[in-house]
Amino acid sequence: MEKSYFELRDLSVGYGGRPILSHISLDIRRGEIMTLVGPNGSGKSTILKTVTRRLPAVSGEVFLDGEALRSMDAKRLASKMAVVLTDRVRPELTTCFDIVAAGRYPYTGCFGLLTRRDREIVGEALARVNAADIADRDFTDLSDGQRQRVLLARAIAQEPEIVVLDEPTSYLDIRHKIELLEILRSMAKERGVTILMSLHEIDLASKVSDKIVCVSHDGISASGAPEEVFSDESVRRLYGLERGSYNAALGSVELARPEGVPNVFVVGGGGYGIPFYRGLQKAGVPFYAGILFQNDVELAVATPLAASVITATAFEPVALSKLSEAQALIDSCDTVIDSGCPTQGANRANGELLTYARARGKRVLSGHLELKEALL
Amino acid sequence: MKVKLNTARYCAVFISLAALFVLTVIWSINSGSVTIPVREIWRIIFFKGAIERGELKADLSAFNIIWKIRLPRLMLAAVLGGALSLSGFLLQTFFRNPIAGPFVLGISSGAKMFLAIVTIALSAWMPTVPVAVTVTAAFLGSMLSMMFALLFGGRIKNMSTLLVIGIMISYICSAVTDFLINFAKEADIVNLTHWSMGSFSAASWRDVKLSALIVLPTVFCVFLLSKPISAYALGEGYAQSLGVNVKRFRVLLILLSSVLSACVTAFAGPISFVGIAVPHICRVLLKSSKPILMIPVSFLCGAVFCMVCDLLARTVFSPTELSVGTVTSAIGAPIVIWLMASRRRDET
Repeated sequence: MEKSYFELRDLSVGYGGRPILSHISLDIRRGEIMTLVGPNGSGKSTILKTVTRRLPAVSGEVFLDGEALRSMDAKRLASKMAVVLTDRVRPELTTCFDIVAAGRYPYTGCFGLLTRRDREIVGEALARVNAADIADRDFTDLSDGQRQRVLLARAIAQEPEIVVLDEPTSYLDIRHKIELLEILRSMAKERGVTILMSLHEIDLASKVSDKIVCVSHDGISASGAPEEVFSDESVRRLYGLERGSYNAALGSVELARPEGVPNVFVVGGGGYGIPFYRGLQKAGVPFYAGILFQNDVELAVATPLAASVITATAFEPVALSKLSEAQALIDSCDTVIDSGCPTQGANRANGELLTYARARGKRVLSGHLELKEALL
Repeated sequence: MKVKLNTARYCAVFISLAALFVLTVIWSINSGSVTIPVREIWRIIFFKGAIERGELKADLSAFNIIWKIRLPRLMLAAVLGGALSLSGFLLQTFFRNPIAGPFVLGISSGAKMFLAIVTIALSAWMPTVPVAVTVTAAFLGSMLSMMFALLFGGRIKNMSTLLVIGIMISYICSAVTDFLINFAKEADIVNLTHWSMGSFSAASWRDVKLSALIVLPTVFCVFLLSKPISAYALGEGYAQSLGVNVKRFRVLLILLSSVLSACVTAFAGPISFVGIAVPHICRVLLKSSKPILMIPVSFLCGAVFCMVCDLLARTVFSPTELSVGTVTSAIGAPIVIWLMASRRRDET
């Protein structure tokens, strides 16, 4: 087995000698991305502050490349570890180039003058985060996304072996989030830079990380590869989700299921039903859904939102028992929604359901406009 | 990749400030109740030895005015002006607040309070308090109020709160001073009031030497700190991650700025707004806040600013002399208001 590069050994972290998280043991190998996830206030930032020596460890040790962090020389540590913090950086009249150049601090002489080589490295770091064009701009004039990229460039210019980032994606829009995480990914894979960060977006965390650490209020509740750690249930527990749900496979979040006895049945399938499920959820109207094949992507939305879902085995004609089950539910409803899913071939059963509903004198709505009017 | 280098701008700022410095020196010596022609100034300054030995003829009264009155006063204004401005720059760096300055933080009022205590206490035994005592008292007072600000600073992380505390300290010191003045003799009150307005008048070469002895080594130390100061501008977290010993650095920063501002207060009394206005002017001129540029430029600019203000104080309502604090406030306060108003909204 490969040796670990960064190791937390029985570490307790906290403020003023009082631990808020105890006995944390983690290890990261060179070039790996480890992400801490967990609810607000669980202590992710405290861990990150401790491993960057902003806070003294309450007990335990941190090792960087086999060397105890506690006794490392500040300058040597600075040449090995760079950070991206949540602190607001508001320097006056400072260009992006100057911000990134601050990353050269551990390497420059007594007055911090940049050599030609330093300038090249700063230029490369800016180019790496696609910020070469804003090098001369004043840092305070930038958008949040640009600032975060420049701060990452600053960390890159420090030429570290490990980068520690505290919620680097907050305040970024989805495009900038993806961009930032891709840069981190390529740093890790191409240059062997080790990355330790905290993220709020569990969906992105599972996609970018090699290892996930779940930090809950009572300690590290799980750690390992994303697919080992994340299940619908573990995420629900970690964040104490009582209302709403999380789908680990898709990384999608659904709000809480409407309560009450349903009076609506949605005939869905093939993804056609999704906007109706969400629309009904927003309106707070409880509903049934069916008949969905078990491999239908729509299930990921229908299951957490519908009061109950009639499902049928995939790649087979719908069993008669399922059809009658659905008919029974329709009988208990006044309204049936036709999501518009084609009802030929294998999906013939759903066509039969709609015919059945009309024959029973149920109100059959099709299309969003009709639904909207009906909801009003 | 091309990065614009502003070397030309930086050089221009340096050269024009240096030129302005020389010009102000000549102009200041030249004007006053006795006008001395520039050629005469030249001879008297550069051939001092020859004139003293009687090898060269010169107007003796002009010689005395220049060497005994105007030049020491000018040099004191230059040294203390530079110190004041640099102290303001350091405090602004420390508090990360553009309106931090020795006057705002109560340092000047602390000095005044101590001076009042000493003057009133000693006046029972001696008719005139020796200069060394007043200087020491002002120095101690400045350091004491700074200590108070720091004492709270250790507990309060919020910098604007700290600033408010500084202002409150300033009020407390003023209250104590006002209280003491009720028990003071008339002559003491006059002296104290005169001192508290700030003035470079009655400067002697001894004052110049002593203040330069304190200020110049301090400025040198500050210059040596320019690298960590630049890292500190990104915030404590980043500075620490770059290998700066933040705790030690903060203590050093506050100590150096206290020494500078205490020295000014001790020798010339409280002089307001130089510490805020001059570093701002420098930033605007340089379009940069790199400490390695800001430190020498603030010092030079502060020197020129104070010399000009002193010149105005001497000459505008001549023969009545204004206190230099009046002039620096009159010029500095509008500059600060203008700068605050023109700052972008999101920076405040």
